[in-house]
Amino acid sequence: MALITYREALNQAMDEEMARDDRVYLMGEEVAEYNGAYKVSKGLLDKYGPIRVIDTPIAELGFTGLGVGSAIVGLRPIIEWMTMNFGILALDQIVNNAAKLRHMSGGQLKCPMVVRGPNGPAEYLSSQHSQALASYFAHIPGLKVVSPITPYDAKGLLKSAIRDDNPVIVLEAEMVYGHTGEVPDEEYLVPIGKADVKRSGSDVSFIAYGKPVLLALQAAAELEKQGISAEVVDLRSVRPIDEAAIYESVRKTNRAVVIDESWPIASIGSHVSHLIATNCFDDLDAPVEYVSCEDVPMPYNHALELAVQPSVEKIVKAAKKVLYL
Amino acid sequence: MSDKKLGVKKLAIKDYDPKFLEKLLYDMLLIRRFEEKAGAMYGLRKIGGFCHLYNGQEAVAIGSIGALDLSRDYVLTGYRDHGHALACGMHPNQIMAELYGKVTGSSKGKGGSMHIFDAEKHMMGGNGIVGAQIPIATGIAFASAYDFKLGKTKDMGVTLCYFGDGAIHQGAFHESLNLARIWNLPAVYIVENNHFGMGTAVSRVSAVSDFDVKAKGYNMPGITVNGMDVLEVYETLKSIVKEVRENGIPWLVDIKTYRYKGHSMSDPAKYRSKDEVDSFKNQDPIVQLKQKMLEAGVLSESGYQKMDDGIKELVQASVTFAEESPEPALESIYQDAYAE
Repeated sequence: MALITYREALNQAMDEEMARDDRVYLMGEEVAEYNGAYKVSKGLLDKYGPIRVIDTPIAELGFTGLGVGSAIVGLRPIIEWMTMNFGILALDQIVNNAAKLRHMSGGQLKCPMVVRGPNGPAEYLSSQHSQALASYFAHIPGLKVVSPITPYDAKGLLKSAIRDDNPVIVLEAEMVYGHTGEVPDEEYLVPIGKADVKRSGSDVSFIAYGKPVLLALQAAAELEKQGISAEVVDLRSVRPIDEAAIYESVRKTNRAVVIDESWPIASIGSHVSHLIATNCFDDLDAPVEYVSCEDVPMPYNHALELAVQPSVEKIVKAAKKVLYL
Repeated sequence: MSDKKLGVKKLAIKDYDPKFLEKLLYDMLLIRRFEEKAGAMYGLRKIGGFCHLYNGQEAVAIGSIGALDLSRDYVLTGYRDHGHALACGMHPNQIMAELYGKVTGSSKGKGGSMHIFDAEKHMMGGNGIVGAQIPIATGIAFASAYDFKLGKTKDMGVTLCYFGDGAIHQGAFHESLNLARIWNLPAVYIVENNHFGMGTAVSRVSAVSDFDVKAKGYNMPGITVNGMDVLEVYETLKSIVKEVRENGIPWLVDIKTYRYKGHSMSDPAKYRSKDEVDSFKNQDPIVQLKQKMLEAGVLSESGYQKMDDGIKELVQASVTFAEESPEPALESIYQDAYAE
């Protein structure tokens, strides 16, 4: 096992897959000569050259659509969006083409492409740069969406995404690029669509994905001091969602808190809450609690931006509510 | 670069192989008769949804796709796509059955009129979002250049990307042409300029009337072509495709054409005069070629009639095929969304 950063894990995944298959190329703003806006692609230009590691103009719609076109004739593009917020400019190509070409052609085409970049708030970035957009993508049949939060999952899921024959959106998190974690020395994959129990517990289930998983783990540690055993289920993939893993946990603890850094309306969290309420009704000892982002755009002021987001305190409070404490 | 440098041949009709001319005439007439039949079947409610017909524009698809080697070149267009599909060699049965939504259609009834695909024949759709095919075409050209640069192919496939005069104002057009030129991607961007974006005349929404001038902004060559003359389209595109295959420098081609029908089947086209429509019908690409061939003595009136009768039979057979084909099974809704 090696201790590496989340950033290095993503880099290793791309490096290994580019070495394995010359159909794989990386394209995006500042990915080549600048080594990546967040240094995720560091060293790849030197190793694979400018034919396969390509700086683009600032034209998200154009180069994302270009990725789609190259994918339907056999290449396997990795398209980096500097942030998911900028990817909104390219949504037409993702929603109307990447996700639809196979279907509209009656299964004649496939679109093996990865679109990756940081999702959700970081710090002091105000409204346009702090949006958690998972549900934008998870809403669309034809796409797969993953949201790894540990170096181990980041490497394994990105490798799976690159090998997948469908368009896969990989939601990263700016705040964790420097986090470290252990990854095996030998090659491994993390399957898309499989949740992971990040902490086992018996009193309450925390269901989350992305950065809030880390908050849920902190909240679980806090609750442990008070004699409460919380389980943390990391969805890892939000399309498809591992429903079985959610139900297994909730049927064990009989209480659920769903945490999502997105806005509450039409979110992954609201869908998961609905799934639990519908499928685990007889197992629940309390209504499902949902901790989301407040339903407002992100403010710049630090105290305000923290108040808007899910927090350890909010999760602990929700846990106590479902435990009637 | 200008069209003077391109050196397009201006051949007399008698310099062409009569078989070649006959094929051009046949292919254009097949599109015309197919579209007439599709319109009629739409009127009978056998076909639903949006249905955009190609009548009048036949010389564009036939002349330009005729200049391709479809074993390595590619074609993409917008939603007015039946003509390009036929020009790529798709059988009328596959297309008519798709218009009917039948399981024997080219997309098994999942695509309809706006989404005709044949991956094997390199007809890559059929796109219903105005201009959305332009970045995709650029990506296919990117893939051709990628393999060429990696030394996997001896020369590059060329991608023809068709779109209307309405699509040229989309950002996708601008972003794509810039990408294609900075990386020299072997694409030919063809404006099928039929003078109207749906019901809006070009002059009302465009700062320029000839789109070839936009090529200058991307430092790529541009040219205007008479789209009512199939031989002019063919010769121009043949020269361009040869050049693009060799040097990878993309082109912007403004082909002036005209659609005889409304934008779609629901459009009575009241925004233009009968005189205007007639003035273009007087330049009809099929009538023009037929006339030239009759005058050159390489076609007889009876020969033309025989050709037309054969085409009408083929088109009628496609209707019979579509009518007799089964509906897709309801379970098929869960198929084709994802690759395994």
